[in-house]
Amino acid sequence: MSNARIQPRPAADITGRPDFISIKNFGFWYGDKKALKSMTLDIPERHVVAFIGPSGCGKSTLLRNLNRMNDLVDGIRHEGDIAIKGQSIYDPGLEVISLRRRVGMVFQKSNPFPKSVYENVVFALRVMGVSNRAILDEACETSLRKAALWEEVKDRLNDNALGLSGGQMQRLCIARAIANRPEILLMDEPCSALDPIATGKIEELIHELKTQFTIVIVTHSMQQAARVSDRTAFFYLGELIEYDTTEKIFMNPSQAQTEAYISGRFG
Amino acid sequence: MASPSSDNSTPKGEPWVWFTSVGLLIGLSMVAGLLGLVLINGFSVFWAPQVPTVKFKDGTEIVGQFVQRRVRPNSPASDPQYERQYQIGLRELNSTSYVWVDELNITEEKIAPETLGLERMENGPAFITPKTIVDAAGKPHAMDATTFSMIRAEVEHASEIRERVLDINQNKIGLVNAEMEETRISLRRAEDRQEPTVELTDKLKTLDTKFAELKKEADEISKLTARAQLEGVDAKGRSVTIPFAGIVRAWEPNRMTTMDRIGLMFSRMHEFLFDAPREANTEGGLMPAIFGTLVMTVFMSLLVTPVGVIAAIYLKEYAKDGTVLRVVRICVNNLAGVPSIVFGVFGLGFFVYVLGGTIDQLFFSDQLKYNNNTPVFGTGGLLWCSLTLALMTLPVVIVATEEALSAVPRGMREASLAAGASKWQTVRDILLPASAPGILTGVILAMARGAGEVAPLMIVGVVKLAPTLPIDGLAPFLHLDRKFMHLGFHIYDLGFQSPDSDAARPMVFATTLLLIILVVCLNLGAITIRNRLRARFKGASF
Repeated sequence: MSNARIQPRPAADITGRPDFISIKNFGFWYGDKKALKSMTLDIPERHVVAFIGPSGCGKSTLLRNLNRMNDLVDGIRHEGDIAIKGQSIYDPGLEVISLRRRVGMVFQKSNPFPKSVYENVVFALRVMGVSNRAILDEACETSLRKAALWEEVKDRLNDNALGLSGGQMQRLCIARAIANRPEILLMDEPCSALDPIATGKIEELIHELKTQFTIVIVTHSMQQAARVSDRTAFFYLGELIEYDTTEKIFMNPSQAQTEAYISGRFG
Repeated sequence: MASPSSDNSTPKGEPWVWFTSVGLLIGLSMVAGLLGLVLINGFSVFWAPQVPTVKFKDGTEIVGQFVQRRVRPNSPASDPQYERQYQIGLRELNSTSYVWVDELNITEEKIAPETLGLERMENGPAFITPKTIVDAAGKPHAMDATTFSMIRAEVEHASEIRERVLDINQNKIGLVNAEMEETRISLRRAEDRQEPTVELTDKLKTLDTKFAELKKEADEISKLTARAQLEGVDAKGRSVTIPFAGIVRAWEPNRMTTMDRIGLMFSRMHEFLFDAPREANTEGGLMPAIFGTLVMTVFMSLLVTPVGVIAAIYLKEYAKDGTVLRVVRICVNNLAGVPSIVFGVFGLGFFVYVLGGTIDQLFFSDQLKYNNNTPVFGTGGLLWCSLTLALMTLPVVIVATEEALSAVPRGMREASLAAGASKWQTVRDILLPASAPGILTGVILAMARGAGEVAPLMIVGVVKLAPTLPIDGLAPFLHLDRKFMHLGFHIYDLGFQSPDSDAARPMVFATTLLLIILVVCLNLGAITIRNRLRARFKGASF
């Protein structure tokens, strides 16, 4: 990484709810191993928040807790709370399924189903029980357009999704994640397996999606964090070191560790 | 010559590479040997070679088809003497169909062009020199150039009539019999309950008349060819009279062209595949056994696949990991190693006696009470055979399905759950389609094992000769309670239980060949389906 300072985007004004996702004193264990030390942060509505930090710092763990994907792992435990729009995601009255319908997720490796492009996009609607063809068609086109993929695949909707290129597959996964209009979109290193052109397309996409979704993105690329996010959280060894506007984190970090990491001196 | 120690161009141990392939080589050569033996012996059943007339030192002669040659027992190893086996047929005269003759006693072996080969309904084949043909009208014809075509026409006519009689006997009379049986049971029940029986006795009488009429019709038809017969002399000069009604096929082994022989071969193969057996299963076809094997295997797959898949889904996706689960897994794996006869005993003890007996008592109590306690499901049958084999092959399907489910990339599972799908929706829409090729592999293995299994079937419903097929035109069309014939058991029965082992020998090989072909076909079909499914997942980049 070059030593030149990365130019971050200027901070956006908070227009929606400032504590759209509210993480309070949240700690997390895998078995006996403490993966996250107690942390508190608020993610504002319709903003992009980037989680950065070296491997194993806990940023993906936190992300996967936001839609309770970690429930799949045996022997997990947590303390504190995470609330979305003031409602705890651990509320016993809240079904995990309805939480996940409100919180879409895009994974590091693109993982389309071995079905047609169309069926991939409308999957979330199908599992909700929607079978009206008109609604599905409409959702398919809207989502693919939002994911900037419509022009490329509109003639191949019935082809197997596994025949798409890597970048197209990842955008298809984004289209799939937003098809049922979630409120929050989680992205776990969405560009790590893509070339710079595909990465550029997805970053542009994030800008556009921000007008409708609250986006949390985990990334290893500092440039990417600087380019796409409004706020950035820096994690180190399971601890939240610093959380502030992206401009502040990259131009004038208050912690020495943050400074060292973003200037490439460790990590 | 370079000394070995200075030669280090060959890495140490490298010459031993060949050693690792020895196991494979032994296995392959054994399979090739087995297939070769079965192929050669199996196909020779259908081939009609020349039939020589063999003359001996004492002046006697035999006419027969050469079968095999072997070293005579007790002959010195330094100067081996051979003896030959001929199939001479005409069991009613010769008392045996096959004879061994000492090669030293043979003076001459000549090919007599007029020799006629006859395949008959009973008493083995006949090789005779034809003299007179008596046609259906009873008019005798002497031999001339056109005689053979006449023999053929008569044989064809006779088999046509035979088929018509068989149709009456099996289908029409069978229907009447079934109805009579039912009426008799109703009659006995009515008597027992002191209900009016007039209607039933009348019905029975009508059926009796119908039965008699059909019998008469069959007799009339068979009379059409009753007078047609073939007269000739055998090798010993005895005159032989064979009615055409008893001849299945006639051929001139020493006049035929190669094309004729190939034609005859196909005709015999056709009979082998599509006709019922005769002569204690040593002649004729295997249709009931092929059909029984197929129906049983398909039915078994239909039973084992859903149960196995559902069990595996529970074990893999829902059951909590722990001691109980581990014990269950060990039990499932051990089940695969249990000898098949044990499953047979279990099938007899539980399925046939307990389940079948209960079904009989609950649903067929009338039949039991008024039909001399004849069980319906409380005896071996298709359903119990399929269930027993399904139980036997269950671990194969469970293990294969579990493996296939584990092999589905984690990403797919997570993507589905993250999209808000429930666990069951994920299993149904994502995991099952993605693991279908693996599940099918398990089903293929199960089918291959089930189709070739004999031991448990012997005690839960397979028989030497079943008069009816498990599927026919009588409601309810699929008769799960019927006993049936099975190729594997057929081989055992022919090879070890046949009264005439010489006559059964070629049939054993032909049946073995057929069973192998059948299993290969079942597997190929399943593999094709699997590959088609797999092609849908090709290019998955996880």
